[in-house]
Amino acid sequence: MDLQIALLLGQDGVVNGAIYALLALALVLVYAVTRVIFIPQGEFVAYGALTLAAIQAGKTPGTLWLLLGAGVAVALVDAFVALRDSRPRRLARIALWNLALPLAVVGMARWLEPARLPLVAQVAFALAIVVPLGPMLYRLVYQPLAEASVLVLLIVSMAAHLALVGLGLFFFGAEGSRTPPFSDARIELGAVAVNGQTLWVLGASVVLIAALYRFFGRSLYGKALRATALNRVGARLMGISTTMAGKLSFTVAAGIGAFSGILIAPITTVYYDTGFLIGLKGFVAAIIAGLASYPAAAAGAILVGLLEAFSSFWASAFKEVIVFTLIIPVLLFRSLTSRHAEEEE
Amino acid sequence: MTEPILRVRDLCVSYGKVEALHHLDITVEPGQIVAVIGPNGAGKTTMLSAIMGLLPSSGEIEFQGELQRACEVEHLVAMGMTLVPEKRELFSEMSVEDNLLLGAFQRFHAGERDQGRTMDQVFATFPRLKERRAQLAGTLSGGERQMVAVGRALMAKPKLLMLDEPSLGLAPMVVREIFHIIAGLRGLGVAVLLVEQNARAALQISDHGCVLETGGVVLAGESRALANDPRVVQTYLGLGGARP
Repeated sequence: MDLQIALLLGQDGVVNGAIYALLALALVLVYAVTRVIFIPQGEFVAYGALTLAAIQAGKTPGTLWLLLGAGVAVALVDAFVALRDSRPRRLARIALWNLALPLAVVGMARWLEPARLPLVAQVAFALAIVVPLGPMLYRLVYQPLAEASVLVLLIVSMAAHLALVGLGLFFFGAEGSRTPPFSDARIELGAVAVNGQTLWVLGASVVLIAALYRFFGRSLYGKALRATALNRVGARLMGISTTMAGKLSFTVAAGIGAFSGILIAPITTVYYDTGFLIGLKGFVAAIIAGLASYPAAAAGAILVGLLEAFSSFWASAFKEVIVFTLIIPVLLFRSLTSRHAEEEE
Repeated sequence: MTEPILRVRDLCVSYGKVEALHHLDITVEPGQIVAVIGPNGAGKTTMLSAIMGLLPSSGEIEFQGELQRACEVEHLVAMGMTLVPEKRELFSEMSVEDNLLLGAFQRFHAGERDQGRTMDQVFATFPRLKERRAQLAGTLSGGERQMVAVGRALMAKPKLLMLDEPSLGLAPMVVREIFHIIAGLRGLGVAVLLVEQNARAALQISDHGCVLETGGVVLAGESRALANDPRVVQTYLGLGGARP
């Protein structure tokens, strides 16, 4: 290995690491707020990428119908609860978010011909289809089980993951897709050429992480999410509903997932089941951080990215094995050094 | 007479087969401080949790003249009810200022944007919190933590403030300070439902009092009268009686 190869691998590792970092942050957020280990995160990556690819190919992405279906389901469940609690005034809100909004997106898909729109609009459109699936998933799958144990929530996550992978295969087929890069720029940095998409991934990750930092540090909603993670009872007594916090964290996680997928779509071919492996690597990074610390999760993600890049050079057949084996020494170290905390009070 | 802020009728709470509260009635009038005293395990905390919607209960809870049917905590907070729980439940890894701001979350969510002014009022009530505003809540002393808890509850501009054992674990000097502040809440138009083991202090600052024993009210009346009632004196105030 010479310097040039090392630099190339390093670049590769950092770019992938940036994506893993985004996913790890989302996983830590969702776990801290809802105690859900969000395995379906990877499906949002795949849905984001494949939805954008379908839009660019001039097809109607299947996720659009999923959005409609999930919207109807959420509306029915919420309407039932609202009527049972004799709060009919809620119905308008429920219809707006779960019926009118998806229908508006469908309408735009019909009349705007998104394939002809500029890339920014296509990305926004793909996000508008995929991101609302996050809070809807929370409402349908996790909210009824909000008080369940971490293990039950994990099993439910597994089921949601399998269901979403299956739906992905149904919507997008077994072939993978690759979208054109955001820009064709190339920059020569000494011996290595850095292409435009690499810069896009790095830049967007940094901006997104900074935005998240600001969200949690400055905005009252971000603080409310942190408060729920720190003390659920205290947060409820402030009127921060656990349901609202759950939906908000799932929205953020779905947004991060879908956007990550859109970022990597020009770099690797994304299949309906690609998201799972990517999400798992984000999960390894989150585990390194003990599912608690955001900076440690980001650092762990870069480590995972670099490890993956270099092991694909030295032992490419064992690349995944090496990355996932990393979890064993980490868990050993964590269980030996940290005090054992009770799961629930 | 004006409508009571809170009227609880026939409140029952069970933990499994054990009935923790049976047929409890309690009323809080506007601007009034009502003290609930009683021994450990009498059901005082259970009563507050049930009123706040943290525990399933049966019976009628009327808040500001409106019957609360499917009471969710968040809904009651939005209506103007707050609870400072026994354990304080602060966000210990966040600053004092953030803790206070989150106290106004429900109002922020509803579109009100006067948190700065409310915080100034809280700082006027608790000048010590202003000095500590950037400090993490978990690093404060017990008394200061209690001040954050009460201040955070006041940020919601409540109509009814429920306090669970505000004197618990505090030094006598600090207890006096906290009770002085609670007594001052009358001037802010906040009704207070105060649950307290420190019967002497509680009866001194309250208008009305009741004694809760094994899940039911055994005695109720004007605080001044209660403080001189021989049964209360003997059990809760000890020898010497209360100084009214």
